[in-house]
Amino acid sequence: MTLPNQQVLSPKLYTRLFTTDHRIIGLQYLALALFSVTIGTLLSLVMRIHLVWPTWPLPLHGLILPEDYLAVVTLHGTIMLFFVLTTAPQAGFGNLILPSQLGARHMAFPVLNALSFWTTAAALITLLSSPLVPNGAAISGWTAYPPLSAVAAAGPGQGLGMDLWLVSISLFALASTASSINILTTIIRNRCPGLTWDRLPLTVWGWFTAALLSLIAFSVLLAALLLLFCDRHCGTGFFVPTGDLVNGVLHRGANGSPLLWLHLFWFFGHPEVYIAILPGMGLTSMLLANFSRRRPFAYRTMIYTTLLIGLLGLLVWGHHMFVSGLNPFASSAFSVSSIAIAIPATAKVLSWLATIWRAKPQYTTAMLFSLGFVSLFIAGGLTGPILAQPILDQYLNNTLFVVAHFHLIMAMAGVFGLFAATYYWFPQISAALGKPNLILSESLGRWHFWITILAAYAVFLPMHLSGLAGEPRHYAQLTTGSLTPTTALLARTIPANLHTTYSAFVLAAAQLLFFYNLVRTLLRGTPAPENPWQSTTLEWHPQFTNPFFPLPASDEETEKIIVYRDPCHYHAPPSGTIFIPQWMPDASIDPKPE
Amino acid sequence: MILASAPTATSPSAFWYLPIDAAAHGPALDHHLLLNLWIALALLTLAHLILFTGLILRLRSEPTHIGRIEYLPLAIITTLFIALAVRAESLWAANRYTGPSRTALQIEVTGVQFAWYFRYPGPDATFGVTRPQLVSAAEANPLGIDPADPHSIDDRVTSKLVLPANREIDLTLRSQDVIHGLSIPELRLKQNAIPGQTVHLHFTATTPGTYALLCTQLCGLGHFRMNATVQVVPWGDYIGWLASQPTEAHQ
Ligand code: HEM
Ligand SMILES: [Cu+2]
Ligand SMILES: [Cu+2]
Repeated sequence: MTLPNQQVLSPKLYTRLFTTDHRIIGLQYLALALFSVTIGTLLSLVMRIHLVWPTWPLPLHGLILPEDYLAVVTLHGTIMLFFVLTTAPQAGFGNLILPSQLGARHMAFPVLNALSFWTTAAALITLLSSPLVPNGAAISGWTAYPPLSAVAAAGPGQGLGMDLWLVSISLFALASTASSINILTTIIRNRCPGLTWDRLPLTVWGWFTAALLSLIAFSVLLAALLLLFCDRHCGTGFFVPTGDLVNGVLHRGANGSPLLWLHLFWFFGHPEVYIAILPGMGLTSMLLANFSRRRPFAYRTMIYTTLLIGLLGLLVWGHHMFVSGLNPFASSAFSVSSIAIAIPATAKVLSWLATIWRAKPQYTTAMLFSLGFVSLFIAGGLTGPILAQPILDQYLNNTLFVVAHFHLIMAMAGVFGLFAATYYWFPQISAALGKPNLILSESLGRWHFWITILAAYAVFLPMHLSGLAGEPRHYAQLTTGSLTPTTALLARTIPANLHTTYSAFVLAAAQLLFFYNLVRTLLRGTPAPENPWQSTTLEWHPQFTNPFFPLPASDEETEKIIVYRDPCHYHAPPSGTIFIPQWMPDASIDPKPE
Repeated sequence: MILASAPTATSPSAFWYLPIDAAAHGPALDHHLLLNLWIALALLTLAHLILFTGLILRLRSEPTHIGRIEYLPLAIITTLFIALAVRAESLWAANRYTGPSRTALQIEVTGVQFAWYFRYPGPDATFGVTRPQLVSAAEANPLGIDPADPHSIDDRVTSKLVLPANREIDLTLRSQDVIHGLSIPELRLKQNAIPGQTVHLHFTATTPGTYALLCTQLCGLGHFRMNATVQVVPWGDYIGWLASQPTEAHQ
């Protein structure tokens, strides 16, 4: 094989930071997401404490005012959805793993790739600087409904804070659009010989569909953000009606409609939540199969359901608007398309259940997190069709029931997908860092899994009841001091809220185990064998797992990787644990022990 | 004041934490909601049973019956969802597809950061014109009602929503500034108020009592305290209460 490449081993800081090496860019994205998820989690703890102990003074800050609470909600939602759940699965693991799974040595546009990352980083810095400006960060939530978001007078944080939010998300949208073009082109153009479409791992199908959705959704979001920016600064009135009177400021300009924003935003917003989860769904299929030593059940159907979920995902945005002034007939139509998504989603769940059915799988930590993903996806997914019935949404909209729904299916399932990915691909992460194949501690991992899943359910299951009792979301306080029908209604939710807050502490604390595991392994981990999980996909090809293997300037310089079959070929015991990687020529397979 | 928000402890709605139900369309909605919740709980349990059973049972070769494992359960679930959707749509249609009857009582609700104002049109059954330029809380005209409009004179603006029991109500929903969300959980009602747009909502309150009206759409820093009181009272009490409220002419 080739000699160690000094350029790769000891590059200058500058070349290392502004690298166009997709593996390093992937790590940069993952580091950004890890940093973001830490901030986002701390913010969520602030909210949980404030909700049950409203007089608790935040250290270094003091009493939490209603506008502080809303700024925290807005930052939490924006950071988690954009900078964690969009960034880590798609751009992070996408860069780190996707090219190798294609047998490619490069992303299609390496420079664009680096630019995308640095634009994302600039977006994050912009967002995080917004609490520091006068009047603080924006308070209009991750959905930024106008006129609240369009008029600076509408509240503290809606001036400069809101502008920074807009700039941040615009940069993010630009970067995501560029990144999705890169991913799509890479999948279309850079597949190695033999890797036909039907031989692509389901992870690649997840990334592919998510990138398609990103391309469509983020460009619409970008347009909407620009229009909103114009409403704020150029005297237009796309989203604000004539005669709108906000806090003494009268809008005399054009007669726009806030509903236009809702349409544009949710045309982006719903696909966005699928962008967050599709890579995790693909990974779950692959990991359940790998550790069960079986092919994912109904492989082809899984490809189609991934694409179908993506397609339907573009047609359901109105389900966020049933009680927002949408025509009731349109609500019915969106209701039908939304419930229709439950069908490919159910097909996925059935495939997962069938894949592990009586397979006696190997319970690695990655497998446990994949099983956790399935459980959370079912738990969160079952409330989707309930919310998709307008008559029921008329009761449940904007209550904690919705919050429970999307935290289980998106936040928790999404994060479980990321944990599965991290435990499974850690040898790849360490290889990209220039350390030989390291594996995270499995015993720490098991503790991490069990505490996390139990705490996740303890946090989010009671939220359904708070929501059914009528608790609205985005409430800075549940009590106002006086006894009113509202405080009486909300008082019934206090036990559930306390339970949620206590559980949130456990959930957050369990993540210290994960951090400890990361650090300990990177410092003192022992190298694992090549391809430790006996996987069949190309990222475990020796050419990719060897950390000393440099990225050559062109594909011609190295031995070609050729694919001979689709992924997930195993022979189950008692014939021995034989697995046949995608790159192994038929000739070199041992005679089948049958 | 009686604050009756919890149903009797033994009812199924109490199991799911629902507050009492005081609207004519409520029981059907609750019934459908509870049905959905039980089905979801059952499917959640079933899926986990299958998951754990599959993990515990001893090894067997790979399942291959794609029809039996994938398509049959899929067909069953699809049928189930179609049935639920049909029922839900018919309830939705009954509530929203048609307008209120001609005899429905008109009340206008306006959301303003961070208060709700209720306007009763008086004997002429017509609301006076409002103009944003005339809005002035200091001059007791928070809605900007134009005193020059003859329809304004008998209008009454209140901060409490008082409804006669068993009379159909036609709510006209408006917002002066940003989007607000009108929600009366005990009447199983929710509808956003959109600036620049009027939305109608019709319903009948059945059970007299005192209920909460909350804002459910993030509208700014006072969102959490943008609440009001709803009182459902017998017709006679309603007439008496209304007469005791000052009209615009007597402000
Ligand atoms: C079975 C398929 C699903 C259906 C039918 C469904 C339906 C719905 C509906 C109707 C709402 C709006 C509720 C409301 O605002 O009142 C909603 C909210 C939401 N859903 Fe789902 N959902 C499904 C799956 C998912 C998935 C897979 C994700 C993400 C991975 C997701 C993430 C969200 C989020 C983030 C929200 C809340 C957005 C917000 O208001 O901030 N849902 N869902
Ligand atoms: Cu959606
Ligand atoms: Cu509000």
